Amino acid sequence: MMRDVLSIVDLHVSVDGKLILKGVNLEVRRGEIHALMGPNGSGKTTLGLAIMGHPRYQVTQGRIELDGVNLVELEPHERARMGVFIAFQRPVAISGVRLADFLRHAVSDVRNPQRKEGDELVSMREFRKELREKMDQLRMDPEFARRYVNEGFSGGEMKRAEILQMAMLRPRFAILDETDSGLDVDAVRLASQSIAEIGGHEMGLLIITHHERLLEHNPPDFTHVMLGGRIVETGGRELAEFLHSSGYEEIRRKYPEAAAEEASMLAERTR
Amino acid sequence: MALETREILGDINKYDFHSEEHYVFKAKKGLNAEIVAEISEMKGEPAWMREFRLNALQIFESKPLPTWGGKIDVDFQDIYYYIKPTDRQGRSWDEVPEDIKNTFERLGIPEAERKFLAGVKAQYESEVVYGSLREDLAKLGVIFTDMDSAVRDYPDLVREYFATVILPTDNKFAALNSAVWSGGSFIYVPPGVHIEFPLQAYFRINAAQMGQFERTLIIVDEGASCHYVEGCTAPTYSSESLHAAVVEVIAKGGARVRYSTIQNWANNIYNLVTKRATAYRDALVEWVDGNLGSRLTMKYPAVYLLEPGARAEILSVAFANHGQHQDAGSKVVHCAPHTSSRVVSKSISKGGGRSSYRGLVKMERGARKSKANVVCDALILDPQSRSDTYPYIELEEQDVMIGHEASVSKIGEEQLFYLCSRGLTEAEASTMIVAGFIEPLVKELPMEYAVEMNRLISLQMEGSVG
Repeated sequence: MMRDVLSIVDLHVSVDGKLILKGVNLEVRRGEIHALMGPNGSGKTTLGLAIMGHPRYQVTQGRIELDGVNLVELEPHERARMGVFIAFQRPVAISGVRLADFLRHAVSDVRNPQRKEGDELVSMREFRKELREKMDQLRMDPEFARRYVNEGFSGGEMKRAEILQMAMLRPRFAILDETDSGLDVDAVRLASQSIAEIGGHEMGLLIITHHERLLEHNPPDFTHVMLGGRIVETGGRELAEFLHSSGYEEIRRKYPEAAAEEASMLAERTR
Repeated sequence: MALETREILGDINKYDFHSEEHYVFKAKKGLNAEIVAEISEMKGEPAWMREFRLNALQIFESKPLPTWGGKIDVDFQDIYYYIKPTDRQGRSWDEVPEDIKNTFERLGIPEAERKFLAGVKAQYESEVVYGSLREDLAKLGVIFTDMDSAVRDYPDLVREYFATVILPTDNKFAALNSAVWSGGSFIYVPPGVHIEFPLQAYFRINAAQMGQFERTLIIVDEGASCHYVEGCTAPTYSSESLHAAVVEVIAKGGARVRYSTIQNWANNIYNLVTKRATAYRDALVEWVDGNLGSRLTMKYPAVYLLEPGARAEILSVAFANHGQHQDAGSKVVHCAPHTSSRVVSKSISKGGGRSSYRGLVKMERGARKSKANVVCDALILDPQSRSDTYPYIELEEQDVMIGHEASVSKIGEEQLFYLCSRGLTEAEASTMIVAGFIEPLVKELPMEYAVEMNRLISLQMEGSVG
């Protein structure tokens, strides 16, 4: 059994009966940074949500393994307790639930995977202290923790709240789903820096992005290009740089079969 | 009781136990003029009250059951209307019979009293068995006693206000209460006196097939304020019991009254309560109403805004679980210019439970520049459960502002997934979403009650059914 390796083998995922991922293979070790790129609709977010176990994303074939356990058979909360995290592209609002209260439950659950509902929570004192430290580090106003989860947050606040959760939960593997989308240049830079500062580099990171800036402080060891529901090419940091400057046309030319898949998926979606 | 035992009780259901019956007097089952006269006789009441009761009995008999709301399946002849648990009321808990005292200890009342209450009334079956009021308040002229004692000790105040807000003719259950009422609280706060800590009453039904008919009258004089809190519980029996209270509140000029209820009756109790307040110039009346228990609750706390500047706030939460129907809501009548009201209602249905919001806003002619705002949100936790909204608006004045918003939602898959992706189980996530849903209301409660409310919600959320 390999510890601290998240391995995805021949993953097929369908959403509402439509096949989106058609055999994805990927191995992320702890301490590695992987950039996942590709045009819109190629399946990047689907991969992220399938790893976390979103109920609408059905795995029809293949495995997602961690510590010799097939995550596909686990509930989302069990995956989280094994150390998997996703920073959502568009986190939902939970009205009336304060960020701090929610986080205290989450921290209690993740640090004590056997915890059952109603069991003791982490001590208020220590939790507060730690939350305060992390918020300082992320240059967040402590009052922010008293707000309702994602309710009325600006785009930047939402993404920082996701990074704060990541900092508190200290996962082994984190998927960052377009953490840069909707942010201005400075906010992306801050996010990029924050991910590094909270110890992101000790985790295995899968960074889904269109832009180079998020990678500024998190240089990828590997760059993967997704097209038509498959990873078609893997390279180093230079591949990310190339895609930024040249776009995906060359990739499409190089992989006509995947490009055809992409076109038919797009056609199906717009129909 | 040992702390350990108390904790275990808290874990299971701290309300579902019953104590042995050692009653001083238990009237025969059923209802007729003879029994009503006997209740009055037992209490040694003045003639006017006996007449009032007998007259109300006739009204009760002449009125049909309501044809709206929930299904009321009660055999009125199969109920005990009066049970006297003890000979006298205790001024200290030591004077309360052991088994009854133990009951209230298990419910945590003496402890709460020591910690944060200004006064307590504890009612067991038909009578108030314990009463206290902080001495400094008594010195200021505050009266906090049971309704029966008030009839005897403060006849002038009682005759002036009793049944002036809710007449026996109001509805069938107000008539029933008027005929057989027993116990309940009587509060008088003199002009300008502010009672900082809550006054609490606790109502406990212990016997099976028992009817509890407490009668509460609260008079807050000019510029005075108080917060009254009531809690209610009963053990579960196989047969139904009935609780039909009448609560009258009078807020004089500039007064502030808040009346908070956390109702957690057993699931075989019919809870048919009439609650109404009158608010005079610049007075504020607030009803905070949590309905978690009972088989059927029909309760619509009302405020009549009688003079300019009077305000009403009605905040309610209903939780209908398996086998429960919560038909709750509010009623506000604007009778004067520049009056305002705000109604916030939150209901949760689970495990096949049914909750209904039923509310009336009425603007009488001349209620110029008055404002009313109603928000009712329903949360449905599973497809078996049901929620309905019945809002009524009656306008006899055009120069007014009325807002009404209603929403019905299901717990979203995306919300659940979000919380679960952070390590929360689905049950934990649902509980958190429900707690968040009622948060705007819970934060209006004093800390101790907010904690209790959240605890009760968690108990309801435990996945026994649904």
